[in-house]
Amino acid sequence: MVTITVNGTQHQLDIEPDTPLLWALRDVVSLTGTKYGCGIAQCGACTVHIDGQPMRSCSVPIASVDGASIITIEGLSPDGKHPVQQAWIAEDVPQCGYCQSGQIMAVAAFLKDHPSPTDADIDANITNICRCGTYERMRRAIHRAADLMKA
Amino acid sequence: MDGNATITRRQFIVTGATAAGGIAIGLATSPSAFAATAGAQPWSSEDGRNPHDLDAFIAIEPDDSVLIRYVRSEMGQGSMTALPMIVTEELQCDWSKVRVEYASANRSVRENKVYGDMSSYGSHSVKLSREKMQQVGASARERLIAAAAARWGVQPQDCTAANSIVTHTATGRTFRYGEIAGDAAKITLAKEPAIKTPDQYTFIGKPMPRIDVPPKTNGSAKFAIDTQLPDMVFAAINACPVPGGKLKSVDDSPLAATPGVLQVVRLPDAVAVVATGSFWRAKQALAKLHPEWDVGDAGTTDSAQFSREYHAALDGPAEVARNNGNVDEVLPKAVRTLEAVYETPYLAHAPMEPMNATVHFQPDRLDIWIGTQAANETIENAARVSGLNAEQIYIHNCFIGGGFGRKTANDQMVQAIAIAKAVQRPVKLIWTREEDMRRDRFRPQAVTRFKAGLDANGMPVAWSMRNVIGSIFASLGMHRPGLKGPEPMAVAGLANNAYNVPNTRVDAVLKNTHLPVMFWRAPGENQNIFALESFVDEIAAASGQDPYQLRRKLLEGKPDWLKVLDTVAEKSDWGKPLPKGKGRGIAICDNMGSLCAHVAEITVSAKGELKVDRVTVAVDPHYVVNPLTIAEQMEGGTIFGLSAALYGKITVKNGVPEQGNFDTYRMVRLAEAPKIDVHIVPSGGPAWGGVGEASTPPIMAAVANAIFAVTGKRIRSLPIMDHDLSPGSA
Repeated sequence: MVTITVNGTQHQLDIEPDTPLLWALRDVVSLTGTKYGCGIAQCGACTVHIDGQPMRSCSVPIASVDGASIITIEGLSPDGKHPVQQAWIAEDVPQCGYCQSGQIMAVAAFLKDHPSPTDADIDANITNICRCGTYERMRRAIHRAADLMKA
Repeated sequence: MDGNATITRRQFIVTGATAAGGIAIGLATSPSAFAATAGAQPWSSEDGRNPHDLDAFIAIEPDDSVLIRYVRSEMGQGSMTALPMIVTEELQCDWSKVRVEYASANRSVRENKVYGDMSSYGSHSVKLSREKMQQVGASARERLIAAAAARWGVQPQDCTAANSIVTHTATGRTFRYGEIAGDAAKITLAKEPAIKTPDQYTFIGKPMPRIDVPPKTNGSAKFAIDTQLPDMVFAAINACPVPGGKLKSVDDSPLAATPGVLQVVRLPDAVAVVATGSFWRAKQALAKLHPEWDVGDAGTTDSAQFSREYHAALDGPAEVARNNGNVDEVLPKAVRTLEAVYETPYLAHAPMEPMNATVHFQPDRLDIWIGTQAANETIENAARVSGLNAEQIYIHNCFIGGGFGRKTANDQMVQAIAIAKAVQRPVKLIWTREEDMRRDRFRPQAVTRFKAGLDANGMPVAWSMRNVIGSIFASLGMHRPGLKGPEPMAVAGLANNAYNVPNTRVDAVLKNTHLPVMFWRAPGENQNIFALESFVDEIAAASGQDPYQLRRKLLEGKPDWLKVLDTVAEKSDWGKPLPKGKGRGIAICDNMGSLCAHVAEITVSAKGELKVDRVTVAVDPHYVVNPLTIAEQMEGGTIFGLSAALYGKITVKNGVPEQGNFDTYRMVRLAEAPKIDVHIVPSGGPAWGGVGEASTPPIMAAVANAIFAVTGKRIRSLPIMDHDLSPGSA
């Protein structure tokens, strides 16, 4: 039995200990905003915050996060108005949208450590794949979100 | 006043013509408060109807909200916003009150194919639906006016409609659309109203944020993979690793005592494990099985062999697609001749959402949750494989997590129906990334040979192009009744090239291996344009001409092509000196009725490392519905093409596609993404162009040509990562 807190709600999960957090969230906790893209921590579509740190949940066994507090895209803000989400809407970033939960979660964590990011900071830290190629709008949205967070 | 103008002026700053005649796009304020909306769940209600239906396309509720049914499917290309914009143009409704859902493929079956073609491929959503969407909007508007006029006892022509309100001009009396929609639903017009001509548009052409964006920022947008049903179980599958091979046997005893494993399902060419609880459990259980496969002769093949066979086929019999003048006579007598052979590999589509489907099979009803690019074709296919009638089948089409052509052939749905029949429970089948990549229907490989004869001025007077390429029609088992010459994809971009060369022959040798092939963003052009536009660059280099100026001369008398070419050259600062190690390359193509040109500006370091710094795009789609979406498609299609150019290849060993995930099938990421400037130069005319694919082909040649400009190395095969760009390398 593993206990995790997801978006403020505690869950006790009776599943195989090697189950990746991704599948625990999607299939057991029934939060499907976190996406499966590769299963090998390459694409970042499954990014969530584990005790505040951005992690690729497809490669995190559930047993390793016993007692942890996890934030998913559904819990990033109560009303979908986190500055990163606002900036994403303002810049019309998503196309197919499948990778964007992971992108937004990665950026939200990144901006906590880089409140005034340079392009080089963004290049070095935002490494999730977007097959639709929304990178340039994403870059603009990251700068916009940083501004919103300061305002 | 136009009904849509108030909102759009507040939302946007749109300047008219820029210096180059393009459209500048500026998003002035956060637009969401004024925008139309899409629900998190895009598919329509159970039977695809609404009590307030005006017709199959539009429902207007008492609170004035307008439900518009969108007959295509949204995978990021933006037509879920564009088609309702077209309806709104004519309906004169308040855009902020518009809500959009997918039209029901089931309703279309039951109501005499009321939605017609529901497919989203070939960049044709706007092209094929524009006129119909205008008619639907205009017809609804006139019925609303007629209903209001009847209530007042006045003539319809004395009333106007704007901003979701009908007004009697003389008295100023008004009805809201919601007040009279019930009456309007009962009215049949004696004659369909005329629709606006493009010069009369007031809403079409404005940059509108895509309506599907908000649910894609909070995790609520429903993709097929997110489907959850009561009693649902999970399936993982392995198909024979050698495409075309069959399952001989599988021993399921390793799973005998595995908790949660329900069943091992044997399919002709695959084995699936069904488990309760989680997909992970099914996947882990599947990994414990060691099926035996009958792989046949294909099991000894590899990419080197395919390459040899394709090169050898260059001298075999070919089907002629175009033949002007007399190449055989003119070419050998030319002052100078050139010959070059290009090669492009198999590619996977690799949409971020891997193939998946959830199926609930009951004796008299089949429900399918899927992301399909062609719901009407999918429902017919499901009927064939399930044995049910199409009327009994409900396609719950979801937001599509990337399609790029792959999600027109839903192999996973066929498997999921078989598995659901076997387990008698709702089942969600997901292909792992590895299954998705290795069991793709790939972009074909090709070997393309050019020969050209130049005159004393270096201008080509004759040229021939021969493509050895996989047949998509043959691979899909599609018949080609009445088709003369090779299938269009095999010679796309070549046979219809616009260059004025008096003697031109284009032919193709269709040659397949055991790998299935299919449509991949800009089918045909995505490889043929790389080859053609690189070869045009070779002609320029061989004759000492500027690649842009050579193209200008070859396109003389074609003002729309020249406009696109001149725009991209001007905006990219073509011809202005760059520091050592930097250079530019140019390329242009016609794709799905749109002209698109790229200039890529690159850096090659002393060590041979390539960086694409800046990309300029000019596109002529003839008309513009939503310039914001067009810019996005140009940007995204450029990155898509760049990933293919730099890194894309699927190679085969022992019959098995080798690359299975993003560690070996690499994608461009943010740090590598160039700055992309898009310039839209619509030329009007009788036909509309598509924009979903046009920017994928030319970027590949533009980058390769830029590499030549910097290093003198000609890239004749993709991907570029296989070439050593450092000085002194061969």
